[in-house]
Amino acid sequence: MNKFWTIVGHTYFSRVKSKSFIITTIITLAIIVGLANLPSIIDMFSSDEDSSENILVIDETESYNDYLQNGGLSEGTGIDFEYFEGTEEVAKKAVMDEEYEGLLIVTTDENNLPEGNYYANRISEMGEQVEIEQILQQLKVIVGTQQAGMDQATLETIYAPVNIQTEQLDDNARTAEEMNQSRGLVYVMLFILYMTVLIYGQMIATDVATEKSSRVMELLISSASPITHMFAKIVGIGLLGLTQIIILLGGGYFAIQANADTMAGEFFEVMGLTNNNPVIYIYAIVFFLLGYFLYATLAAMLGSLVSRIEDVNQLITPMIMIIVIAFILAMTGLSMPESTLITVTSYIPFFAPMIMFLRIGMLNIPFWEVGLSIGILILTIALFAALAARVYKGGVLMYGKSGSLKDLKRAINLSKKE
Amino acid sequence: MLKLSNVTKRFGTHTAVNDLSLEIPESEMFGFLGGNGAGKTTTFRMILGLLDKTEGEITWQGNPISYQQSHLIGYLPEERGLYPKLTVKEQIIYLGRLRGMKKHDILQKLDEWLNRFKVPEYLDKKVQELSKGNQQKIQFISAVIHEPKLLILDEPFSGLDPVNVEMLKQAVVDLKNAGTSIVFSSHQMGHVEEMCQHVCILQKGTPVVHGSLRDIKKEFGKKNLSIRGEFSMEFLKDYPGVTSYKALPEGCTLHVDNEQVAQDIFASLQGKGFVSKFEIEEPSLNDIFIAKVGASYE
Repeated sequence: MNKFWTIVGHTYFSRVKSKSFIITTIITLAIIVGLANLPSIIDMFSSDEDSSENILVIDETESYNDYLQNGGLSEGTGIDFEYFEGTEEVAKKAVMDEEYEGLLIVTTDENNLPEGNYYANRISEMGEQVEIEQILQQLKVIVGTQQAGMDQATLETIYAPVNIQTEQLDDNARTAEEMNQSRGLVYVMLFILYMTVLIYGQMIATDVATEKSSRVMELLISSASPITHMFAKIVGIGLLGLTQIIILLGGGYFAIQANADTMAGEFFEVMGLTNNNPVIYIYAIVFFLLGYFLYATLAAMLGSLVSRIEDVNQLITPMIMIIVIAFILAMTGLSMPESTLITVTSYIPFFAPMIMFLRIGMLNIPFWEVGLSIGILILTIALFAALAARVYKGGVLMYGKSGSLKDLKRAINLSKKE
Repeated sequence: MLKLSNVTKRFGTHTAVNDLSLEIPESEMFGFLGGNGAGKTTTFRMILGLLDKTEGEITWQGNPISYQQSHLIGYLPEERGLYPKLTVKEQIIYLGRLRGMKKHDILQKLDEWLNRFKVPEYLDKKVQELSKGNQQKIQFISAVIHEPKLLILDEPFSGLDPVNVEMLKQAVVDLKNAGTSIVFSSHQMGHVEEMCQHVCILQKGTPVVHGSLRDIKKEFGKKNLSIRGEFSMEFLKDYPGVTSYKALPEGCTLHVDNEQVAQDIFASLQGKGFVSKFEIEEPSLNDIFIAKVGASYE
């Protein structure tokens, strides 16, 4: 046990102190803090100018000034209309001199309805003309209905959104509101698990391959058994991963808290982090650990098969494919957690950590289903650990041409008695 | 005492070590000889438990070797390996702790060893900055820092200059005198001959010669004869009992079957002329090796 912790300590501290770890963590943290402060940063750059667009309006008939001038229909849209008394040429000149964003000429067509011409230096797809179009549309509806003799109150009744009441008959099903609350949390956990397995799985495989290629491995396994060594490595890198995740999540949390007035409440609500049901957090940790151990064991096994670091990538590609498929399935499952595909894959070991957690978060599923999935996972991890230990014992002594899964058999043979 | 009884290792159909039985007494140095692929490293790995044996038994002081005893065992692998990016200090602390030592003791011992090898300035250097010979000294320190009772050295002197070989050799002899049982393999017959009481020559996994060096030489029987004189010795080429003849500018060297042949030759030289040198030499280990294995690899 002593040796186990010696290896864990060595694995952990030699990585934590490394420049690459410190730099990656700082850069990622900076990006997270930057994103959290994005609204403030944007405000800082745009505070000195009025954010609304100033548009000149020439309305020769002056029949729409009730609606267009001084707020009216443009209120809250980011468009500021200013009536202009001069000629069209003078107004265009003002726009070209960039004193104003654009020029709108409102006229009346043969049906006595408003229509407009809009001039600006640059017309972009998503620019202010979309909003101007909407304002004119409203104006047209108002003028049109008035002409038809309909009063404002009738109009508002018609335009009010339809009232639909939903009620669930199945008490066990989650309401849409509950689902939305969990979605954010599930998403965060899926993403963290995905990134962790990708980054740290690769790190384990590379670390094992490095010790093999520098031939220090033979010395290590003459002092401590290969199995101790393998699990110590998995735990050591796991602790490293936890350190990084805690720093990043903690940094993100405080950064958002610091901006509480602008966004925090809303953000946490959107991400479902106001969901205070502690069970879901416990499941998150359980499935995170199971997922990590499953993939980490696999990565260590694959890492022990190669003798050159360059071959690591080639050998762990199948594993990465599985993780990517699991992630894609999980992302699909976020919008349809009740589909058969999701139900079935939540029992398949390599997908279970992500997909069973997704189901737990999004649906109310009976405990036995969760228990079964966890059971399958633990059994698979145990099987893989036993296999990996065999492969590892032979693999670390195996040198020569490598880079394919056929080496699995060679390694097992080497660890056998004959 | 390290005891191997009828140890066999097969990889599939290939037999790497075949029915090897050895006894290595305490405080002795035991030499393993054999060409490439003769099974030396496989034997060492089986002693250390890195490979399982197919048949047979290996015991040390009466018990099978397990990781519980790893603090008593030192190992210098044939393929040298250290962490290239760690400093000598970090490296040895890690490896020493894996052998059950305390940090404080490791630093003290490391200091002694670095001074002994006259490289105290390497303490905080990264291994990749050291020359190959100096890396080997560090590797050697990592094998002996915990004062093992059983030390296994796989080709300890390869790739070193003569000064460093002497330095390491002296260190090995001192360890032996302090009570460590040492097993080592070497390509250099000279080193084995000079340092070991017992040897074992492996060929394709099978021990062809094994026992104490003196007995092996006695049993081998053949002698080397070197004669110097100012007359032709061509007639000795076909002399009965002479297995090889090599002419020198003033005389010749011969391999003879036994000491009696040498005495006969001595008598037949009477009256031929002045003999300035007549010497019977023990056969070298290299001669024995060539005779037994059929090829030299020095």
